[in-house]
Amino acid sequence: MIERRPFVQKILKNRQTNLRVVSGLGTSTWDLMSGGDDKANFGFIGAMGQAIPFALGLAMAQPDLRILLFTGDGDTLMSLGSIATVANHPVANLTIVVMDNESYVETGSQPTATAGKTDLEIVAKGSGISNSYTIKNEKDYDRLIKTIYEEEGPSLVVAKCQAKATPLIFPHSFDGSVSINRFMSTLKS
Amino acid sequence: MEGAIKDWRNDIYKVFKELDITMVSHVPDAGHTPLINLCEKDNEIDVVTLTTEQDGVGLSCGAFAGGRKSALLMQSSGVGNCINALALPNICRIPFLTLVSMRGEWGEFVPWQVPMGLGTPKVLEAMDVKVFRADYKEEVGSTVDAAARFAFNTNRSAAVLLSQKMIGAKQFKNG
Repeated sequence: MIERRPFVQKILKNRQTNLRVVSGLGTSTWDLMSGGDDKANFGFIGAMGQAIPFALGLAMAQPDLRILLFTGDGDTLMSLGSIATVANHPVANLTIVVMDNESYVETGSQPTATAGKTDLEIVAKGSGISNSYTIKNEKDYDRLIKTIYEEEGPSLVVAKCQAKATPLIFPHSFDGSVSINRFMSTLKS
Repeated sequence: MEGAIKDWRNDIYKVFKELDITMVSHVPDAGHTPLINLCEKDNEIDVVTLTTEQDGVGLSCGAFAGGRKSALLMQSSGVGNCINALALPNICRIPFLTLVSMRGEWGEFVPWQVPMGLGTPKVLEAMDVKVFRADYKEEVGSTVDAAARFAFNTNRSAAVLLSQKMIGAKQFKNG
């Protein structure tokens, strides 16, 4: 099992300038912000289920950048169909990392479908994202970095991680318009 | 009649071209099909077929963040799927444009279309979406143009309800 916060921080350390990072609501956003304030990040704090479609639109609009989405199994399960949409509108520059702790950890750790019979790697493959794999160990860091920066996407990586509540690390602002404008200032239109 | 029907979708397409709307997402509806076909033939427009309308909200917002303007096409029944997703353009003040082909109103045959048809303007307004409406084909182009400018100039959400009167109520035949 991966300890999610240090793992996310490790991925963000030494990040390349062509990387833009989006996070799904809840713990994924606190994880992302724990890596330090960076204008090239945009974190959801609501609109559950919308992080994958958002990342798809961004990746289509910015094909010269590498787009990385960190999100949770709960957020992903809410919009499973979006995985099929991603697969059928190929975006070579998009990597989705599902931090799969098999639970809704922020609301009392109720189990998600991935705690039961659902396997998001197989969902992704069945949806048509052939570059999909599961990692369970920090040692898979090098493979993931290669996927994020070099491999032809779309890719979906399931990172099995501990279901452990972590401190909330807030973004620069809770005001979405401030956050998105800051993020957009790092993009050429 | 066929030519006239084709014309008002052409008017929407012209607005897309004029305002540089280069991404069009949809869950298809027969009322939008001629417009979808026009967009699919256009190499400058990416057409994204969704599995649920709400994903078009997030897609549109991500595209805008990346510098591209888009529109979501859906039937009135899809509006209900979008409600919570509409928080995203609202709180981020991202322009969002949707064109909604109406069911459940003008001579509707299918009772199941009526609840969401009646609810469509109400739920959009409940989520702070500015609602425009076109009842006649002559006003489609100007209404879509006005709604798109409203959205992109004021960073708000706008919807155009396209009356079932223009699209025609399909009368189903059993067997």
